[in-house]
Amino acid sequence: MNTELLGNALQIILMVVLSYPLGKHIAKVYKGEKNLMDFMAPVEKWIYKLSGIDPSEEMGWKRFLKVFLTLNLFWFIWGFILLVTQKWLPLNPDGNGNQSPHLAFNTIASFIANCNLQDYSGESGLTYFTQVYMVMFFQFASAAVGMAAMAGVLKAIASKSSKTIGNFWYYLVRSVTRILLPLSMMVSLFFILQGMPMTFEGKMHIKTLEGIDQAISQGPVAVIVSIKQLGTNGGGFFGVNSTHPLENPNYLTNLVESISILLIPMAMIFALGFYLKKRKLSFIIFGVMFFAFIVSTSINVHEEMNGNPRITAMGIDQHQGAMEGKEVRLGAAATALWSSATTVTSNGSVNGMHDSLMPLSGAVTLLNMQINAWFGGVGVGFLNYYAFIIIAVFISGMMIGRTPEFLGKKVEAKEMKIATLVVLLHPLLILLGTAISSFMFVHAPAFVAKEGGWLANPGYHGLSEMFYQFTSSAANNGSGFEGLGDNTPFWNYSAGLVILFGRFFPIIGQVAIAGLLAEKKFIPSSAGTLETDTVTFGVMTFAVIFIIAALSFFPAHALSTIAEYLSM
Amino acid sequence: MKSDFFKSLKITLVFCVIFSIFALILWAFAHAFSPNKGQVEIVTLHGKVVGADNVGQAFHKDVYFWGRPSAANYQADASSGSNKGPTNEAYLKDVKGRIDTFLLNHPYLKRSEVPAEMVTASGSGLDPDITPQSAYVQVGRVAKARGMNDEAVKAIVDKQIEKPLLGLFGPPKVNVLKLNVSLDKALRPNGN
Repeated sequence: MNTELLGNALQIILMVVLSYPLGKHIAKVYKGEKNLMDFMAPVEKWIYKLSGIDPSEEMGWKRFLKVFLTLNLFWFIWGFILLVTQKWLPLNPDGNGNQSPHLAFNTIASFIANCNLQDYSGESGLTYFTQVYMVMFFQFASAAVGMAAMAGVLKAIASKSSKTIGNFWYYLVRSVTRILLPLSMMVSLFFILQGMPMTFEGKMHIKTLEGIDQAISQGPVAVIVSIKQLGTNGGGFFGVNSTHPLENPNYLTNLVESISILLIPMAMIFALGFYLKKRKLSFIIFGVMFFAFIVSTSINVHEEMNGNPRITAMGIDQHQGAMEGKEVRLGAAATALWSSATTVTSNGSVNGMHDSLMPLSGAVTLLNMQINAWFGGVGVGFLNYYAFIIIAVFISGMMIGRTPEFLGKKVEAKEMKIATLVVLLHPLLILLGTAISSFMFVHAPAFVAKEGGWLANPGYHGLSEMFYQFTSSAANNGSGFEGLGDNTPFWNYSAGLVILFGRFFPIIGQVAIAGLLAEKKFIPSSAGTLETDTVTFGVMTFAVIFIIAALSFFPAHALSTIAEYLSM
Repeated sequence: MKSDFFKSLKITLVFCVIFSIFALILWAFAHAFSPNKGQVEIVTLHGKVVGADNVGQAFHKDVYFWGRPSAANYQADASSGSNKGPTNEAYLKDVKGRIDTFLLNHPYLKRSEVPAEMVTASGSGLDPDITPQSAYVQVGRVAKARGMNDEAVKAIVDKQIEKPLLGLFGPPKVNVLKLNVSLDKALRPNGN
C-alpha cells in the first residue's frame, strides 16, 4: 500500500487512541478528583495567592462571564501595548520594528480569541520577546479560557439544579498547569531532539554551496510550536507556519504536530462522557464529528493526490499529486489530511499553502470552518455543538410531539432564542464581510489599489480568498488563503472585528444557555422524554448542522469554489 | 470589575513567570541535547559551513542537482509559497515555461518524465528536498557537466535516498544540499 496513505492512517488512529485516556484525565481535572498532575498543587496555590484569587468562590453564570470578559479586556490592552512597543523591548536580535496600530489591533484580537490569524510574517513582524510573551502566552491563555468555559458548561449540565457553575479562575489555572503545560513540555522536548531550533540567537548567516549569501531566521521555535498545535491556536513562528522546514523538520515531527491538532479537541468530547457519566452520549457526539472529519479528509486526500488536472493536461509526470504549495518531505496526502484536521478544529496551522489547494479541497476546508462545530477549538468546539444540540432537541421535540428536554432540563423559548442567535451570527459575519469586501473590490477600485490590490488570483479564486478570510476569522481558525494581501487597514480592522464578535458572542450565549438550564428544576426522564444519546438523535443533530451551515453558504460557494471546480 | 481587572494583571504576570521558566528549561535542554545547541543544524564541506540541513538553497550550476522552484528565491528570512490558485492562467503559463526550460536543460528527457514537483513552487520556498525520481532525471546533466559516467553519479544519489519512516510511513526523499555535498566530496576531493 501507498506509504503516504499508511502514514495518514497511522496519524488518525493515534489521535483517537491517545485522546481517550486524556479525556478521562481532563474530566478528573475539572471535577477536582485525584489525578496524575496532583504534584502541581503547590504551584497552583502559589498562583492563586500571588494573584489574590479565591479558587473556591462559586460563581453564577453572570459572574463567570464577567470575569471572563474582564480578563480578556485586560489582555487586549496588554498585548496591544507589547506589539506597538516591541522594537524597544528586549530579545530583538534581528532589530525588527513595531507593529502598526491597525496590524496590532488585528494581531491581538486574533490571539486573545484563540484565532491566530496572522497578517504579519513571524520572521520580520515580531521579536523573540513578543513571540514568547505575546504569541506563546496567549496560545496557552486563550486555549485555557476556552477550556474553562467548557468546564463551566459541563458543571452546569451535570448539576441537578444549581445557581452556580464553578470558578472561572480555578478552571483556567488547572487547564494550564495540568493539561496544556505538561503536554507542551513533552512535545517540545521531542521537537528539540528532532532538530527544531530553540535559541535566542538572531539570524544565522552562511554562504551556500554556490557561494550565495543566505540569512536564516531562527529563534525559540520549539517552545511555541507545541502549544500552537495542542491549543488549537495555529499561529506559526514563521510566515509559512508548519510548512517551514524549521517549524516542521521531518515526517515524524509532522506526525506529532498533526496528532496534536486533534488530541485535545477529541479528548474534550470523551471528557464530557466521563464528567457527566454518560459515555454513550459522548460516543454519539464523537461519532458524528469523526464521521465529518473522515469524509472531509477523504475528499481532500483524493483531490490533492490526484493532482491538478490542468497540469496533468500539460503531459508531465504528476504522480506525486498537486505539489504547488506543498513540501516533498511531507507529501500531498499528509498535507491534505492536515488541511482537514486544521479546519474541523479551529486550529488554523498549515503544512502547505491552502491558497493552492484544489477547488474541492478548498471548498471542504471552508465548509468545515463554516460549520465550526466538528471537534472545533479546545473547549469552544463542544460549546458550538451544544448550541446545535439545543436546536436539534427543539426541532425533534416539535416533530414527534415531545417536550424538548436536554439531560433533564426543559429547553424553552429563552434558550432557544439565544441558541438561534448564536448559530445565525456565524453566517451573518462571514457573508456580510465577504459581501462588503467584494462590493468594494468592484466598486471602489481606487481604494483597493491604494491598499495594494488585495488579491493574488483573478476570477472565482479571488472571491474564495476574501470568503476564506472572513470564514477563518469568524470561526477563529486563523488559516488563510495567504495570497490575500491582508496587512492593510481594511483587512486588519474588518477581520479583527469579525474575530472578536465570532469569539465572544457565542461563548456568552452558550454559557448563558447552560447557566439558565442549570437553574431549572431537574425532570427525571420518563417515557415522554426525547432520548438524546441515540444514533437517531446523532443523525438528527448532523442534519440540523448541515442544513443550517451548508445551505446558508451554498450561494457563496456556487460563485467561488464550485464555479472554479466546474471551470477546470 | 476593578478588582477583577487587577486580578487579571496579577495572574498575567504570574503566568509570564511560569512561561519564562518553561522556556528556559527548554532552552537549556536544547543547549545540552539538540543537534546544534538549539540553533539551526549545519552542513559542512572540507570544514567550511555551506548551509543548513533543513533549509533549501538555490542551485543554478550544471554540476549540481537542483531543488524545487521557490516563491521566496530561497531567502531563508522571508519564507513564502506562491499562493497561486490551481486555475490561475498566468500561473499555468509559468508552469509551462518551467517545463520547457527543464526540458531544454535535460534534453534526454521525454515530456512525460518531467516530475511535477520540479516545476511547481514549494510551500515554504525553502523546501530542502526533492523526490528520488526528481534526482534521477537530473543525473544525465550533472554527470555530463562533471565529466563522469551516469552510473557513478546515480550510485551517489542512491546512497542519499532517505526511505519513508520505518520503511512504511510517508514519502521517500533526497536532501538536495546533502546530495550535492556528497558529490563534491566524492568527485572533487581537493575542493577545486
